[in-house]
Amino acid sequence: MFSDFPFLSLVVWVPILGGVWVLFLGEDNRARNARFAALVVSLLTFLLSIPLYAGFDTGTAAMQFVEHAPWVPAFNIFYHLGVDGISLPLVLLTTFTTVLVVVAGQEVIEHRVSQYLASFLILEGLMVGAFAALDAILFYVFWEALLVPMFLIIGIWGGENRVYATIKFFLYTFLGSVLMLVAFLYLYAQTDSFRILDFHDVKLGLTAQIFIFLAFLAAFAVKVPMWPVHTWLPDAHVEAPTGGSVVLAAVMLKLGAYGFFRFSLPIAPDASGELDLLMIALSLIAIVYIGFVALVQPDMKKLIAYSSISHMGFATLGVFIAFTLLEAPDGRTSAVLGLEGALVQLVSHGFISGALFLCVGVMYDRLHSRRIADYGGVANTMPIFASFMMLFALANSGLPGTSGFVGEFLVILGSFQANFWIALLAGLTLILGAAYTLWMYKRVVFGEVANEGVAGLDDLNPREFIVLAALAVAVLLFGLWPAPLLEVMGPSVENLLDHVARTKL
Amino acid sequence: MNGMAALDLAPVAPEIVLAAAACAVLVVEVYGRSADLTYRLAQASLVLTAIVLALNFPDGSVVAFSGTFVADPMAAILKIATLVIGWFLFFYLQAYLRERGRGSGEHFILGLFALLGMMVLVSAASLLTVYLGLELLSLSLYAMVALDRDSPVAAEAAMKYFVLGALASGMLLYGMSMVYGATGTLELAGIGEAARDGRDLILVLGLVFLVTGIAFKLGAAPFHMWIPDVYEGSETPVTMFVGTAPKLAAFAMAVRLLADGLFGLHGEWQDMLVVLAVLSIGLGNVIAIAQANLKRMLAYSTIAHMGFLFLGIIPGTSEGYAAAMFYVIVYAVMSLGAFGMIVVLSREGFEAERIEDFRGLNERSPWHAFLMLVLMLSMAGVPPFVGFWAKWSVLREVVAADFVWLAVVAVLFSVVGLFYYLRIVKLMYFDEPGEPALAVANPLRLVISVNALSVLVVGLFPGALLGWCLAAFTGG
Repeated sequence: MFSDFPFLSLVVWVPILGGVWVLFLGEDNRARNARFAALVVSLLTFLLSIPLYAGFDTGTAAMQFVEHAPWVPAFNIFYHLGVDGISLPLVLLTTFTTVLVVVAGQEVIEHRVSQYLASFLILEGLMVGAFAALDAILFYVFWEALLVPMFLIIGIWGGENRVYATIKFFLYTFLGSVLMLVAFLYLYAQTDSFRILDFHDVKLGLTAQIFIFLAFLAAFAVKVPMWPVHTWLPDAHVEAPTGGSVVLAAVMLKLGAYGFFRFSLPIAPDASGELDLLMIALSLIAIVYIGFVALVQPDMKKLIAYSSISHMGFATLGVFIAFTLLEAPDGRTSAVLGLEGALVQLVSHGFISGALFLCVGVMYDRLHSRRIADYGGVANTMPIFASFMMLFALANSGLPGTSGFVGEFLVILGSFQANFWIALLAGLTLILGAAYTLWMYKRVVFGEVANEGVAGLDDLNPREFIVLAALAVAVLLFGLWPAPLLEVMGPSVENLLDHVARTKL
Repeated sequence: MNGMAALDLAPVAPEIVLAAAACAVLVVEVYGRSADLTYRLAQASLVLTAIVLALNFPDGSVVAFSGTFVADPMAAILKIATLVIGWFLFFYLQAYLRERGRGSGEHFILGLFALLGMMVLVSAASLLTVYLGLELLSLSLYAMVALDRDSPVAAEAAMKYFVLGALASGMLLYGMSMVYGATGTLELAGIGEAARDGRDLILVLGLVFLVTGIAFKLGAAPFHMWIPDVYEGSETPVTMFVGTAPKLAAFAMAVRLLADGLFGLHGEWQDMLVVLAVLSIGLGNVIAIAQANLKRMLAYSTIAHMGFLFLGIIPGTSEGYAAAMFYVIVYAVMSLGAFGMIVVLSREGFEAERIEDFRGLNERSPWHAFLMLVLMLSMAGVPPFVGFWAKWSVLREVVAADFVWLAVVAVLFSVVGLFYYLRIVKLMYFDEPGEPALAVANPLRLVISVNALSVLVVGLFPGALLGWCLAAFTGG
């Protein structure tokens, strides 16, 4: 009954058109209208995305809520949307996060309010579009177009060094994407179609696959980001306004990892198998080396940004460990664990990193500093805030019972079947992650009240409380009861493994 | 057959109407001395010509005037695009001249003759018509650049334009004479027959000169030297006249000469165009970064765009020509908007042609900043704007023709290109304004909005235009 109604299109276009509407609400002296309108649009979008989950059939790997209409008929380009177990959680993550970002930005942003809120709404629609697109060109259009609002968000409302950061962000991601475009065009030349599912079935030689894999890697590795193309992320995060950081960490990075699931693995499975050790090595470097880098950061946002890179390394590790596992006679179960772990990690990291950035934002709004050294003893003046941040810090270190544990545990479990040393290195991160997160937490929150600024802090206001509480519920819910998430993913992951296991040569 | 066909005037009707209208407007201008009247009549002539063209829209290819003139769907689409762009050109020109109190109708009359030249060139079926159309177009434009007679920069620009343009025409003529010598005919169809098996040394030499002439007229590296100086030196709406519609005609000339005339030498001209394309895309994008003058920056970006245009011609397929045609139309519209934005921002005594002049535009006028954002990102090839589809369509053909390396080179340089377009966006949105709020007259505001938003709307729904371009070449 649900699948005839174009829910996906609504979730894509309501925020985009709503964003345009908010934009025309205009001037800063009438910012209340814009704020209210943006809240309504984001809530409406979130409500519209709920039927996607409620009506989702967890028994099949086929695309659901499919919409199909001609767009550029002369070249077989279609407006083709649909979700499966891989993209659905990410779509919901996007709509959920945007509501929080809009709420969190309610009073904080005072300059060009309508442009700020409209950027986020348009960004939301474009991100959902990228997750739901089943036509390569449609995907590419969404994927590239979302750079524009993000570029403006960082550049207009960011910190001191925002212009450098945002141009670096745009150029890095664009560089990766255009190579992906060439790969799409090559695949079109082979299949005469831009349907992503047709790309999954086309036969390709190993050399062609390796080039395609590298082109995709250029696009997705920058977005994830993987070492050594991660350098835009700390800059962009640090300079972005709080909402921008949250969206970047919670959703945009997921697009890169999603790309591996949707494109790299099924389109170039043999090349992925050939190059899996490279990918595992890059992931481990991200996990371990970036973990050490995070340890020494004096700036809270930078620390969380590096921690994001390290955690995303887990996701890519979970994806590419599958190839080693599949070589073993009964490795399939473990491979499923690895892939599911990677996906859970994506969702969970979306909640946790978003929450941590919001925590930093709460403090920054009060004292206008992100430096760890400027704080100390925050628990004395902001006890409620300190408890929330404690939960998120522990979740970030992978405490059992929080969602951060589930993904990492599954990936490490899978890795153990493949190679003890890889698993050991990956396991190290549990220690490292605890070290840098909790050490930062200790310096900021515990101890004596460090200075007059901290002494004058007010605890959370109701708006901040609601936002952090919603995230706390999500972190605990998926930590204690990940079954619904795993159930949605199950058939799609199995189907993906079928594709991966079948050679295309 | 020739005798009967020569009497059929229907295929040539639009050109006849435009020529007669241009002469009539000239007479009115001489006796009327009202620039406003001249402007209105010039606009009316374009509309009338477009109507006649639409009524005579060709189903297939009709050759008239003893094989010197051809009316086919490609020509018709390019002519309609030329006329529409011409209408906008006249509008910007009038707004610019009126602001400065310069009541002179010469611009419009020269403009009408230039547009007539373009239409003839687009429909050329023989070397003579090619040359005739090209010279009518070029001479009108030389004069238009020189019309700003008190400005030494404009005089310098006109001189450079004229000397280098004449050189290019000479090259073209020299090449034509060799082709004529080798094949014994001036008609492109006949040349196509005679040159089918290629490999004649004189023919190849002639081809070299023809390609040089085409590259000169389009402004592809290394024959691009005139572009930055002419773009910078001319008054903005005149730059617009040089930089938009004539590219459509030059594209048509390239297709007529290379694809219709010398397809037998496809292997030879393909190599030449690959070199020209790589040089143009690389050099244009890299040098544009260093520019502080927006018109110069757009000039170098033009050079890069012409390189992309060649990418579509290189494969030598119908789909490829269609992609290049789509590219050139899209480019002309984007370029029209970008120069139009300079006209919008400039006033008497303030030309708004430095990149700095766009600083803080979002504070001064969010709407115009948004339009410029659309135009710049479209030129950079970022979806969902139409510039993306233009790049996409030529790249698709290049990849289909197994030139993947060429596509990779092109996209890598387009990342370089993105940088200087983003710099404009950065100035508009991230920097504080130096100028007071912008006041724009209503009609101009409407026209620039239509111009820039068409880039967004066609970008969202590119199917129709892509389909027409394809149908023009495949007849489907």
